[in-house]
Amino acid sequence: MRNIHVEKVTEKVAELCMNAAYHLPKDMYNALKKGYECEKSPVGKGVLDQIIKNAEIADAEDRPICQDTGLTIVFLEVGQDVHFEGGDLEEAVQAGVAKGYVDGYLRKSVVAEPLFNRVNTKNNTPAVIYTKIVPGDKVDINVELKGFGSENKSGVKMLVPADGVEGVKKAVLEIVKKAGPNPCPPMVLGIGIGGTMDYAAFLSKKALLRSVEVRNAHPEYAKLEEEINAMVNKTGIGPQLGGTTTAVSVNIEWAATHIAGLPVAVTICCHASRHAHGEV
Amino acid sequence: MAEQIRIQTPLTEEQSRKLKAGDMVLISGKIYSARDAAHKVMTEALARGEELPIDWHDKIVYYLGPSPAKPGDPIGSAGPTTSGRMDAYTPTMLDQGIKGMIGKGSRKPEVIESMKKNGVTYFAAVGGAAALIAKSIKKYDVIAYDDLGPEALAELTVEDFPAIVVIDSEGNDFYEIGQAPYREDV
Repeated sequence: MRNIHVEKVTEKVAELCMNAAYHLPKDMYNALKKGYECEKSPVGKGVLDQIIKNAEIADAEDRPICQDTGLTIVFLEVGQDVHFEGGDLEEAVQAGVAKGYVDGYLRKSVVAEPLFNRVNTKNNTPAVIYTKIVPGDKVDINVELKGFGSENKSGVKMLVPADGVEGVKKAVLEIVKKAGPNPCPPMVLGIGIGGTMDYAAFLSKKALLRSVEVRNAHPEYAKLEEEINAMVNKTGIGPQLGGTTTAVSVNIEWAATHIAGLPVAVTICCHASRHAHGEV
Repeated sequence: MAEQIRIQTPLTEEQSRKLKAGDMVLISGKIYSARDAAHKVMTEALARGEELPIDWHDKIVYYLGPSPAKPGDPIGSAGPTTSGRMDAYTPTMLDQGIKGMIGKGSRKPEVIESMKKNGVTYFAAVGGAAALIAKSIKKYDVIAYDDLGPEALAELTVEDFPAIVVIDSEGNDFYEIGQAPYREDV
């Protein structure tokens, strides 16, 4: 058994929120550069040039890449041999989010209640937290900052088995076409296939944590990622003002599902696909 | 990239009507930030017959909720938010005399009709280019609705703020024009 003081979790989460907001992951930066090289529309190239320069400024000056520093999603993998001391784990994570957003000059974009009285909580909490118990004595932490220009365009389709691969492609294409230029393309598409409606949606969020340079380990899903990417790049949406770089990556995660179902969830992420990883 | 047109605010209807979809512009002068919550408050105030905190005649509205300024900076990161969420309020606001809107993304047909009627231009700034765009913002002063935090109504002093005309006052839509050559049948 290993004792971990929850303050260490708070400190790490705060640091990861700031890092994610300021520093675009290297794989994403490289993908945007590659998008610039390949983009056929001159206007689209101009947009990509601004997006790349923006990422460089944010990285060099520790500034938020986008003013929408998102709703914070925290993925915890807690080793079963860990014993937390000094307080409640979930409160420690929320305290880390609050510290990161206040100390890091990140925008506080969370309202306490969604419908009747939308009052800002002023520290970006509560974050959405997913906790998984795993073997070992460490705490693995991934922080994803999810902007809502793109989140509002995400969606779930409950397909049936007969819809098959073509049905999945059609469902994704419909969601992307409906999104159009609004979610700040070039996008990364996180896709969850299988499970239940909610689990597919969870997988679509988790999929965004994977490097855009790494394809799914399963060859058929890897091929599907490539095919969907090529397909959405033919919609004309491009980098906001038209072109051939609508998405720079499609990341699929899949899970076992029911004999009657084929859930498909698509999380659209903007070009500022922000996440950071750490360990306590 | 095409030649950039310099715009000095205020933006008159005559100037606005000269701008065409696809024009690259650099805006200098004063622009005014407002987004979801401020639009809701303003249209509710108008419905009650109240005056708004500013006269919107010939002004440009920027759909923005910035991140907080670091010490010594006028503003934090400051890119556009999705304009479509303001569509429900926009025709009412355009009737107040607004001549330019800066945001990102598509607009509803009723907004475009109101733009044609009022001679309004819709500009897009590059979504997510927030740290870069902030370099052109020299001053940020909250005018009203301070309690809305990043959603407050504010006056921004800008120099060479980069944008593109996406929908002009005749209703030509550069999102459509820009996408068409690259759209294949999928």
